[in-house]
Amino acid sequence: MLQQSISKLISEDQQIQYLLHLADNALILSHRNSQWCGHGPILEQDIALTNIALDQLGQARNLYQYAALLITEKTGIPTTEDQLAYLRDVGEFKNCLIAELPNGDWGQTVLRNFLMGSYQFFLYQELQQIATGQLKAIADKSIKEITYHVRWSADWVVRLGDGTTESHARMEQALELLWSYTGEMLEPSDFEQELIGTQSSYIKAAWEAKIAAVLAEANLDHPKNDWMQLGGKKGIHTEHLGYLLAEMQFLQRAYPGLEW
Amino acid sequence: MRLIIQKYLYGDYGDGHAGGLEKASNQDQQKEWPLWEVFIRSKQGLDHKHAGSLHAADAIMALENARDVYTRRNEGMSIWVVESKHIHASDPDAAAEFFEPANDKIYRHPSFYDLPDSLKHM
Amino acid sequence: MEQTTNQLQEQFQQRVDEEQKIEPRDWMPEKYRQTLIRQISQHAHSEIIGMLPEGNWITRAPSLRRKAILLAKVQDEAGHGLYLYSAAETLGISRDEMYEQLHSGKAKYSSIFNYPTLSWADMGAIGWLVDGAAILNQIPLCRPSFGPYARAMVRVCKEESFHQRQGFECLLQLSKGSEVQRQMCQDAINRWWWPSLMMFGPKDDESPNSKLSMQWKIKRFTNDELRQKFVDMIAEQIKLLGMVLPDPDLKWNEQTKHYDYGAINWEEFKQVIQGNGPCNKERLEARKKAWADGAWVRDAATAHAAKQANKKAKANSLTKETQQP
Repeated sequence: MLQQSISKLISEDQQIQYLLHLADNALILSHRNSQWCGHGPILEQDIALTNIALDQLGQARNLYQYAALLITEKTGIPTTEDQLAYLRDVGEFKNCLIAELPNGDWGQTVLRNFLMGSYQFFLYQELQQIATGQLKAIADKSIKEITYHVRWSADWVVRLGDGTTESHARMEQALELLWSYTGEMLEPSDFEQELIGTQSSYIKAAWEAKIAAVLAEANLDHPKNDWMQLGGKKGIHTEHLGYLLAEMQFLQRAYPGLEW
Repeated sequence: MRLIIQKYLYGDYGDGHAGGLEKASNQDQQKEWPLWEVFIRSKQGLDHKHAGSLHAADAIMALENARDVYTRRNEGMSIWVVESKHIHASDPDAAAEFFEPANDKIYRHPSFYDLPDSLKHM
Repeated sequence: MEQTTNQLQEQFQQRVDEEQKIEPRDWMPEKYRQTLIRQISQHAHSEIIGMLPEGNWITRAPSLRRKAILLAKVQDEAGHGLYLYSAAETLGISRDEMYEQLHSGKAKYSSIFNYPTLSWADMGAIGWLVDGAAILNQIPLCRPSFGPYARAMVRVCKEESFHQRQGFECLLQLSKGSEVQRQMCQDAINRWWWPSLMMFGPKDDESPNSKLSMQWKIKRFTNDELRQKFVDMIAEQIKLLGMVLPDPDLKWNEQTKHYDYGAINWEEFKQVIQGNGPCNKERLEARKKAWADGAWVRDAATAHAAKQANKKAKANSLTKETQQP
């Protein structure tokens, strides 16, 4: 567990909450993508998705390190990226629910990457403009990676949506499953208000346009269901996150306080 | 004795007869994504150099795969991909008539000319 | 001009003796081609199967730094498999065919990957011992007579250089850690040491393919020569970890200037190769499943590419028609 004074600071400090939210999104999505390593549909794509997982892990680390630095400054307790990733429990994670859902098949995986990546793209583009200092630097670096992720995943959504009858059916199913988890990304929570609150409607519109264009190219009908699952940003998650963290945090939990 | 020399792979396609992949059962051949050759410019100002090959369903994917497979350590600034079957290659059996006639044209090389050391800037 | 097989074979051997590379379109003895396909595809299969034991810990790596390193390393192995499959493909076999051989159990791969990874320290031990043994095996392969193999191996060796270092660093960290971590470290070394020694293959006098491979410069050192080199190297390096190798017979021999080592359990080696290792079935099943689950993805991409090509062709013919006077 994190030290109590750190947890307390996090619960009160919106800037740190925001950094953790961005970092958690990147880490949990990276975790899911990394599960494909060694199991992809063909070697070339195994390598491609692992590249993306590594980019996302790198983004998560940059953000955790920055948050850890702020925490250290504010509490005087030396804090590390690993403490933030490995010692928080489900309720303290602030990622969007869509990141933690199981991978499903390759279609569901590339679709999730496309839906989340497109959101991250417009968000980080805004952050490049609004943010300052370390966060702007992270946004500048991440945007190039994310641009590629969107390009790669959009290509796959089109290929599979407009491929065979089977692939089309699988993509319809994946879209149906993931769609109700997309709204959470576009609905700013308290800790997002200050930084990007005013931009959120622009991000939403840009995201919707991008998704509509690619779905059309992929011959996929735009989902009609507009009921959206919320909660992740507030720490109310799906059942899947608990298992994910149990696995990810196992060594740090079983042997607390050691260096690896 | 007449010998049937089997030839394989790229370069053979262009000569009108198929290469080694014909050996694979036809079904496999249709199912497998085509093979592409990857050429990478490592630095602005240098030639693209053959880096290796990979499988991809289309040119866009081939470029992306080449990026993911062959430039993970900053090896590239620019990538060319070409489907292997489009490469025409010279025949190794014709190497003698192709390349040896150049051997004795040593007057094409600057070192052929014996000039006084005092001659500058040449 | 007609040449007899003998003449061609002589010319071929002469080129190999002169250290000239053989390229895919050059004449080569059928047995040379077959030997290379077997060796290169086995090597490629080993890289791909080799992703699984380490992949087993990607989601459980104990720090974000270690996670990134491990992920990059396992990804490299996919890359190496890809380079090697490509080299074999220049000999006229398709990757699908090679997969078929692997999945049907006809093709072999390095038996070491049939052992389980039970603790985090195994990631260190694999990097240090297994990659260490692989590198010793591979460095001479950067100069095999077959051009595409040599070029693939240059790339593999270059990329692999961080693999062994990260493994040793991982163990070094454990060796400096708590009692539990030191135990973890020693336990991993105990389990991986003997299988690593087996990676060099059977003893020279029982290695059926070695002689011809040496003559054709597909292979440069014998199995026992490389194994000895490995033992000498590791016996020194382990001192830095403050751990011991699980071999009571391991001893420096002043006369030979090498380490003597105990008898290898070749029965175990044989059993693992024959499919009776602890993880043979799981490893193969995992690969078969990935391949089968990916079929619809590969088919869809092919179908999409064909649709796009058709569209393009139609568009082209339309423009041509409209351009007609």
